Amino acid sequence: MMAEIRKAKGIMDWLDQRLATETLTKVLMTEYWIPKNINFLWAMGVILTTMFGILFISGLFLLMYYKPDTKLAFDSVNYTIMQEVYYGWLWRHMHAVAASVVFLVIYIHMFVAIYYGSYKKGREMIWISGMLLFVLFSAAGFSGYMLPWGQMSYWAAQVITNLFGAIPFIGPDLVVWIRGNFFVSDPTLTRFFMLHVLLFPIIIIAAIVFHFYSLRIPHVNNQEGEHFDFDEEAEKYKAGKKKESKVIPFWPVFLSKDLFVVGVFLIFYFYLVGFNYEFAMDPINFEPANYMKTPTHIYPEWYFLWSYEVLRGFFFPIAGLKPFTLGLLGFAIANIVFFILPWLDRSPVVAPAHKRGAFNIWFWLMLIDMIGLAVYGKVPPNGVYVLGGTDITPWFGFTFTVGFFILLFIALPMITIRERKRAGGAK
Amino acid sequence: MRELKILGVLVVFTLLVYYGVEPYAHSKMHHHVEPANFQFNDLKAIDYKGDPAKGKQLIVNAGCTGCHGIKVAKIPAPMPADAAAASFGVAPPDLSNVGYLYDAKFLKHFILNPAHTFLNAKKFNAKKPFPMPGFYGVGGDKNKEVSDIVAYLKSIAPKEMEAKETFIAACGRCHGVKYDKVTQLGEMPKFKSDTEKLAYELKVSKYKEHLLKYLAATPPDLSIIVRAKSKEHLETFIDNPQKLLKGTSMPRVGLTKESTEKVISYLESVGDSKKVERESLIPKIIGFLIIFTLFAYLWKSKLWREVH
Repeated sequence: MMAEIRKAKGIMDWLDQRLATETLTKVLMTEYWIPKNINFLWAMGVILTTMFGILFISGLFLLMYYKPDTKLAFDSVNYTIMQEVYYGWLWRHMHAVAASVVFLVIYIHMFVAIYYGSYKKGREMIWISGMLLFVLFSAAGFSGYMLPWGQMSYWAAQVITNLFGAIPFIGPDLVVWIRGNFFVSDPTLTRFFMLHVLLFPIIIIAAIVFHFYSLRIPHVNNQEGEHFDFDEEAEKYKAGKKKESKVIPFWPVFLSKDLFVVGVFLIFYFYLVGFNYEFAMDPINFEPANYMKTPTHIYPEWYFLWSYEVLRGFFFPIAGLKPFTLGLLGFAIANIVFFILPWLDRSPVVAPAHKRGAFNIWFWLMLIDMIGLAVYGKVPPNGVYVLGGTDITPWFGFTFTVGFFILLFIALPMITIRERKRAGGAK
Repeated sequence: MRELKILGVLVVFTLLVYYGVEPYAHSKMHHHVEPANFQFNDLKAIDYKGDPAKGKQLIVNAGCTGCHGIKVAKIPAPMPADAAAASFGVAPPDLSNVGYLYDAKFLKHFILNPAHTFLNAKKFNAKKPFPMPGFYGVGGDKNKEVSDIVAYLKSIAPKEMEAKETFIAACGRCHGVKYDKVTQLGEMPKFKSDTEKLAYELKVSKYKEHLLKYLAATPPDLSIIVRAKSKEHLETFIDNPQKLLKGTSMPRVGLTKESTEKVISYLESVGDSKKVERESLIPKIIGFLIIFTLFAYLWKSKLWREVH
């Protein structure tokens, strides 16, 4: 049955009668409740949304001039966009730097969730949808990196697409199918262009909506992992007991703080855009792709380094498996292992790590291990550190790689099973 | 207070990652190389005060002008650049400004023993000789004669050269800069027709083929080389290419410090043409954001006072 339409008192009322905007605003903004006991680490989601917005908008401008053709791509980026178009350089710098720092914020967001235990006891889907976004952003980052068709665009594409060749039976055919040719070439560039500007953005937007939705039922965690009745606290707030209530509305209270944090972050971001961008715009990619000239060092962007090091960390056969096979298996596992983190953690305790004893030590070891992996993922694999005539360089990556798997598959379950038993099984 | 502590932890770990994957990892990728000193220390000093008048005679007698033109002395190049490249692999330079571009000691050694001074002698042998023969002398002390020639070249050289002019004279016979419409044949002319354009492109393309035969590599276009290599790297590389890229065909050309700086400043003006705009616009954006952040903080404080 159609709603009864009266003469509107104003534009808001007119819209409300047709779209229920008042209810919608309540549900999405003014009566969407967030815990009050939080710190600025809870602003990472809004920073990420902002960065995605920047990536999307700057991407639209770049798309107006970019040419997805191996003969034109490099110059369309480095001449047309960087030199001819008004402020083209700004959009490109913003896009490239945002694509890199967005991963810094994603990693912070992830480690915050791990630190506060925000991935369990009903919050598993928040974590899984977040991990899905991590994988999608990685895919978007990788495909986007190919587009300027510089040296590292080409060689990274070469190395990474080649990995699929190791899959049993279908591997070699799969590589050709992905590349659209027997080697990385024009069809490869064009299809990764399609993925980067069409398919990935659409899926990412859908995944972001899903991620936001997944917060609705279990609600956002708080600094102490405290469990409380959101409806009750919301009633208190609405009754005017704002100080007493444990929740605040998303708009304007929560977002007012986020806007401040976003402001601070954007100052840092624009400093990078203008004055320190080489970490995100690798100088070697300002040399045009040349399939005849392999760069001395091939390495991915910093945010892929830790899993890249897992890939090359194994350097001798174990249990009859070749180092390359081991590396590939490790790499595949490393890229999906965090999806199952809520089940590797066997304890129901939701509390900040500093209140969880052994878990706290585990957390910091995990962080340091991943940083170690990232650093040695970029340091050349051989001949860097020599001790008494032996090259010990590969042992660094190997140690961090083995450490990574021990921490996740052995230490974490053991620590959390003990914690569960001590907590009496129920909490 | 707690928030500041958390921020401290974030900053420390972010900097740690940055340090590890940027300065630290890069320091392990590249061997340390002494920076350029423009001294050409491997070459012995040849200390004669040359006589330009004698040098002028010598240059004709020694046969230099059989291949090189000297525009300022009204001696035209014997062959157009593309035809010369077909014979020699690269067009021999006009000698009007070499006295300005190159170091005097370097020039003396170069005239005496070209490939050796270029440091790419390994690329050449009896079958494939370096296109310029060494100077055998005209009967007297070779070192003195070569000093006369260099004195003459210095005397006719301009006192000052524009950055772009310097680049074209010093590097332009091998390297193009397409974003500034500079090819191996110099500045690209304006074309009246497609035929004219195609004819020019064909000439450039042929020239590059000769270069490829001569150097066994195509010298890269340098339009945005300043974004690919740091200024220090370029200086060191120009001063002695072998130091950074062992076995490269790129010769040590003997540019003085001053001409090296001019070449790099030209490359910067082309390859990073928006630097000035970037460095003036970004601080303004940051200024706006500081004001935005201050207001955001005030608003946040007002709202959070009501709930705390």
